[in-house]
Amino acid sequence: MSSKNTSDKVVGVIGAGSFGTAIANMLAEKTDVLLYVRDKTKAEEFEKNRAVGTHRLSDRIRITNQLSDIGVQCEIIFPIVPSANFREMIRNLAPHLKPYHILIHGTKGLDMTVPEGEHLSKKNPLSRKHVKTMSEVILEETTVLRVGCLAGPNLAKEIEEKQPAAAVVASHFEEVIDQGQKLLKNDRFLVYGSNDLIGIELCGVLKNIIAIGTGMVSGMGLGENSRAMLISRGMVEMVYIGNALGGNTKAFLGLAGVGDLVATCSSKLSRNFTVGFRMAKGESLDDIIQSMEEVAEGVNTIKIIDQLAESYNIRVPITETLHNIIKGEMSVKEAYAYFMKFPFRSEIDFI
Amino acid sequence: MAKKRDEFIQLVVEESFDNMLLLKRGRTLREEIEMTAYREKQRAKNHPWKVDPKDDYSFWDGVQQRVVKLDGLGKKEQNDCLKDILREILNRYGNEIAGNFNPSHYHVARAVVTLGFGRLLNAARVKGPWSLFSNQLDLDDKIHIKGEVDQLRKLAKLGTVVMVPTHFSNIDSVLIGWIIQFLGLPPFIYGAGLNLFNLKVFSYFMNSVGAYKVDRRKKNSIYLECLKSYSTIALREGCHSLFFPGGTRSRSGRIEKALKLGLLGTTIEAQRQIFQFEENPEEKKIFIVPVTLNYHFVLEAPSLINDYLKSKGQERYYEENDEFTTSFKISTFLMKFFTKGSDISVSIGNALDVLGNEVNINGRSLDKNGNEIDLKDYFKSNGEVTEDAQREQEYNRILGKKIVQEFHKHNRVFSSHLVAFTAFRILERKHTSLDLYGLLRLSDEELILPYEEYKEGFSNLLDALRAMKDAGSVGLADHLSREKDEVIKHGIKNLGMYHAQPPLKFSKSGDVVIRNMNLLYYYHNRLDGYELEKYL
Repeated sequence: MSSKNTSDKVVGVIGAGSFGTAIANMLAEKTDVLLYVRDKTKAEEFEKNRAVGTHRLSDRIRITNQLSDIGVQCEIIFPIVPSANFREMIRNLAPHLKPYHILIHGTKGLDMTVPEGEHLSKKNPLSRKHVKTMSEVILEETTVLRVGCLAGPNLAKEIEEKQPAAAVVASHFEEVIDQGQKLLKNDRFLVYGSNDLIGIELCGVLKNIIAIGTGMVSGMGLGENSRAMLISRGMVEMVYIGNALGGNTKAFLGLAGVGDLVATCSSKLSRNFTVGFRMAKGESLDDIIQSMEEVAEGVNTIKIIDQLAESYNIRVPITETLHNIIKGEMSVKEAYAYFMKFPFRSEIDFI
Repeated sequence: MAKKRDEFIQLVVEESFDNMLLLKRGRTLREEIEMTAYREKQRAKNHPWKVDPKDDYSFWDGVQQRVVKLDGLGKKEQNDCLKDILREILNRYGNEIAGNFNPSHYHVARAVVTLGFGRLLNAARVKGPWSLFSNQLDLDDKIHIKGEVDQLRKLAKLGTVVMVPTHFSNIDSVLIGWIIQFLGLPPFIYGAGLNLFNLKVFSYFMNSVGAYKVDRRKKNSIYLECLKSYSTIALREGCHSLFFPGGTRSRSGRIEKALKLGLLGTTIEAQRQIFQFEENPEEKKIFIVPVTLNYHFVLEAPSLINDYLKSKGQERYYEENDEFTTSFKISTFLMKFFTKGSDISVSIGNALDVLGNEVNINGRSLDKNGNEIDLKDYFKSNGEVTEDAQREQEYNRILGKKIVQEFHKHNRVFSSHLVAFTAFRILERKHTSLDLYGLLRLSDEELILPYEEYKEGFSNLLDALRAMKDAGSVGLADHLSREKDEVIKHGIKNLGMYHAQPPLKFSKSGDVVIRNMNLLYYYHNRLDGYELEKYL
């Protein structure tokens, strides 16, 4: 069996959502990019218009709807698709991947899989065995080991507008961090490195929960003090959950943690924030989801984390309250009253 | 290794010399040498062993003096002198590691030793001293070799095999040596603890079966580099190797969890070098074969578990004193061991490549779906095989994890381990408020478990284990398929059978009595890590 000698260094991006397209455009400033679009008609449309929605596509981006093209032509691949489709996409990509590939994903969600025939019960509660980060999905489904993740306060619209920003590439491999930095870094985009892959992934995942909460606070017309309170309490909750699931506290205090949290919780550009905001205004969750073009990862994350917290015995009042609201068991107003009465002894006890 | 010993050592010296100069650890070469000399002097003074050379202290003292005298010289001269000293140190270490190994005597010595070992076992068994002259070797009822034996034999012809066994007892080294011969495998080289060479019996075995010496007292980077180069070059040259990836014997009785990655890493490095520099790398593939050893008892258990309990939470200095202190004791032990009925199980696991992927009978690496993978691809970036120390460090971690998984999968549960596990966990459940040390101090009257209650817990665990066996996540000894009461009896009879005070016995009324909590804890640990407690 011979290996392909990759001399043409085209970089792959999987997923033409707003973040995927923003990253593809940014990569295209330095290298040729192959962008995978699952839907054939859409792929043709994007190619014809040289645009994805309102985002213009750089001339160095080619579009394909064959996953095999990505595997064969690219050595470095950025998968950026919603977490609900992530495992399936990786499974389809797997036969085209070789151990020399480098995958840096930009998906901020969790994968939950309960094997067929297995039932969750008190003796077998939902645990880390069932809940995986995206890098773990890649490791499970493929032969690729050089895996990383891209995280940080990266509101796609601002990146498209070429406003200054920064991100973190996390991986156990220095090589992956170096490659990510080389490809993405430019004079308005800083790229930091971290070797706490799980911690950094969890930052991106968990901040979405808090973003939904702060959306609600804003939707209720509450002021900046309330929002700050929720963000900082949310941060503490993120650290607890993060530690229980295998991340280090340090990750949460950096750009991918507190940085991303602040950006997502303050911006109306954030989908998760919007979900909370509209719920507080009285819309139903189903209606909101129906009307959104892209998935708000936070909703799914709340459901998973609430169950996990129970089996790991950690206190997660914000997640728990939000879950009650999503399930329709509590109104936003009741939640607010409940939350203000919740007893906390100390503010920070994890450092 | 079949080349001349001196040439081989020279290669080791040169490679580790180059590596030392390349390495940046935040220390200069001078600091590195100064520290090594200082530590070695301390060691020679405070922890001398019989095997140490006579000039141990004076050599290191000399090195120290020479470094001090460098101060008056110019920079270039200083540098040249330091390099000379480094080379000298590496030469000394290289010679020490290689030991008296003599390739030309290798085969003869090995044949004599293994024949002797077989005869000894034979004589010790039923037939009396005359059977020393018998050719009948019938050890099948004593040593059960299970697993991928055929694959192991085949791979030893296709490439280089690295056997990585679990390590519970000093007897493991001898046992593995015998197994290699019994299975008709080609010669292996061992990385054996230098302390074993203190004992004449072992020293004789080790020197003749191709052992190289690993001294765990020496933790300086020059020594470690030399040791790594030794192993890497031997692997690259196609020498089948064997080392205990857990380092020392498992003191807690648990299956190794955290492996010593130093020597393990040499397999990855050697494989990459083969891909980089060899013309036909496919013919020199390195295969890792995890091997799980099981005994009903470990002779050194009392002192091992004492060590563990005393030092839990911190790494203690390696102690050389235990039951295996004299050759006489070992010989008596071996005789006793083989005259009384007790089983040994050796499970040969699936072979892995150096990235922890399973390989098929033809030595091809397979992914999780059984598709072939080109191993070389793991070492490539931009289409070329490249050297990246940090990448290989990560690969090493992955390989270590995979080996531990394989150990658990191929471990063969014995009745004795299960009776210990059941008893300890029942006590733990009864006294939820006590920590480990509290449990170990329970009073005698609390150490009686009514048989029915005990049997119920035992049955649940055995059922769970049988289901796990069907799912391929653990192995069970044949005797575990008997009736449950019988298995319990068998377990209690065999658990730690040669200890002055076996951990469990039946009371007159048929209840289960715990007599030695420390040992019970030790043997119970064998089944730690399977999450069995939830079935109790």
